[in-house]
Amino acid sequence: MTLVAGLFDISTQHYFVVGALLFTIGAVGLLVRKNTIVMFMCVELMLNAVNLTFVAFSKALDDAAGQAAVFFTLIVAAAEVAVGLAIIVAIFRRRQGVTADDIDLLKG
Amino acid sequence: MTAWLAVAAPILPPIATPRVDWPTVAPVVAMFGAALAIVLLRALVRHSRRLVDTTSVVLAFAGMATAAGFLFYQWHLVRETGGYQTFAGAVAVDGLAVFVQAIVLGACALGVLLGLGYVRREALELPELLALLLLCTTGMMVMAQANDLVVVFVALEVFSIALYVLSAFDLRRAESQEAGLKYFVLGAFSSAIFLYGIALTYGATGTTSLTGIATFLAGNTLTHTGLLLAGFALLLVGLGFKVAAAPFHMWTPDVYEGAPTPITAFMSAATKAAAFGALLRIFAGSFQLYVSDWRPVVFGLAVASLVVGTVAAAVQTDVKRMLAYSSIGHAGFVLIGLQVANAGASGNRLPGTAAALFYLLVYAVMAIGAFGVVQVMTQRGDTHHALSDYRGLARTEPAIAGLLTLFLLAQTGVPLTGGFVAKLAVFRSAVDAGQYQLALIGMLAAVISAFVYLRLVITMYAPNSDAENAAAEGAEPAPRVRIDPGAGIALFLTAAAVLVLGVMPNWTLDIAHQATQLLAK
Repeated sequence: MTLVAGLFDISTQHYFVVGALLFTIGAVGLLVRKNTIVMFMCVELMLNAVNLTFVAFSKALDDAAGQAAVFFTLIVAAAEVAVGLAIIVAIFRRRQGVTADDIDLLKG
Repeated sequence: MTAWLAVAAPILPPIATPRVDWPTVAPVVAMFGAALAIVLLRALVRHSRRLVDTTSVVLAFAGMATAAGFLFYQWHLVRETGGYQTFAGAVAVDGLAVFVQAIVLGACALGVLLGLGYVRREALELPELLALLLLCTTGMMVMAQANDLVVVFVALEVFSIALYVLSAFDLRRAESQEAGLKYFVLGAFSSAIFLYGIALTYGATGTTSLTGIATFLAGNTLTHTGLLLAGFALLLVGLGFKVAAAPFHMWTPDVYEGAPTPITAFMSAATKAAAFGALLRIFAGSFQLYVSDWRPVVFGLAVASLVVGTVAAAVQTDVKRMLAYSSIGHAGFVLIGLQVANAGASGNRLPGTAAALFYLLVYAVMAIGAFGVVQVMTQRGDTHHALSDYRGLARTEPAIAGLLTLFLLAQTGVPLTGGFVAKLAVFRSAVDAGQYQLALIGMLAAVISAFVYLRLVITMYAPNSDAENAAAEGAEPAPRVRIDPGAGIALFLTAAAVLVLGVMPNWTLDIAHQATQLLAK
């Protein structure tokens, strides 16, 4: 029983570490993956990792401002999704594929 | 229901909302209102496209004129009473905010002027372009005023999202789509990094208010500065992306080349001004106590930008790409100003903040002018901006070649142009602060960059043997370049501004200097 209690004794630091891990996974995924939709999901993962961090700090500092910031992030993320998907759809209509390697007109 | 309320009321005190200070946000509201009116007009009036186009141009200029009027009023207010904060400390009205807003507003007006002819030639939607440009400028103006990191983030996103759409505005052109997507992916990446920086700074200081952070850092000695410094670093990376500072510049050449040319002109000037405004306020303002920690990083960014901006620009064969790389180099010069931001604040010395502000103004004029000439030179489909298209231009189009030469000489930093005074101001602030290395590197970069600009100038004034041979063989000559009225006005204004800033810089330099003295307390 004590083992279980010890396992579930989660402090704010744990949340902070999970947030940092999620952010790193998102950042690395964005740089490594080639599919634009997956890159897009990685950005969302990064934003949600920040949200988790904000809430964890908000709890640790006993200050509501961090939680208020999360709402701003959510709204901004929604707006970004709308615009990003619109651009991806516009490109998809032209070339039937959204792999980053295909998007190579501009270089030099 | 009433019983429930009676129980609930004493537990939940009314939420205290800050007083809405209308004069403070009037410029922003005017721009936003004009953009909204244009969107509604386009959606509701269906029968006459001509009427909608004409009315939206009038609305756009009315919005910008109103905003300019209120900015002028704010400047006088700030001069009399000093900078102040409002909206519970989330918004600052001070010299820095007014100066940056003025640059952004001017860039917007010039962008609209350049956009009119472009939209007509490419048969695009004029009201959409105007609404997006105004919304984008709204975000940048809020960013200049923002005194809270969350407000900075929201403003950053407002103008970034508008810019993603504007980059992809010419949807039928694959290059424009590609520019939009690339800018979107890397822009969203940088925004997320910036946001994480806000979260870490919040965790370290317990507030997102820039004034609150400064107060906290002044009153407390942190035992572990790791969290705070990581926050600084991420904030710097996020804004470094937006100002196109190396090594966060990868998107710049692609986006600047692919985006419609008037949009490139607008965003090169306005994004730099808005993001540097925020950088100056955050780093030179709130994080001033930790200057010894961030100064070496900014030093590295400045040197990297100067090197990339000059070396990579020298090998480009596309004029738009070349100007994009030179824009990275100019970010390096402004970073010199940031690096010595408050170092020369006392006595007769020129503070880096003032030098950076003046450089941003001059860069806005030079960049919009140069990209404006590129736009005039482009043919239908936004093509013909390769270096070879400019060969022998001085013979066929002496006026256009002369204008481009003026803007390129200004970017080089030749005396009697604004670029010379701007570079001199930045170097002087660096020398005043004792940063001789940085001033020396900057001067070397300026000399090397002269090669880049003169290469284009020489190309224009060299005889075009190909075209003469083709003409001798009776081939069709290259289509004549036509300057539409909007672009003509924009080019005239920017050329005049470059010369005035070069010949009589003291007035504007004084204003930039005053602006940095009148910071919000």
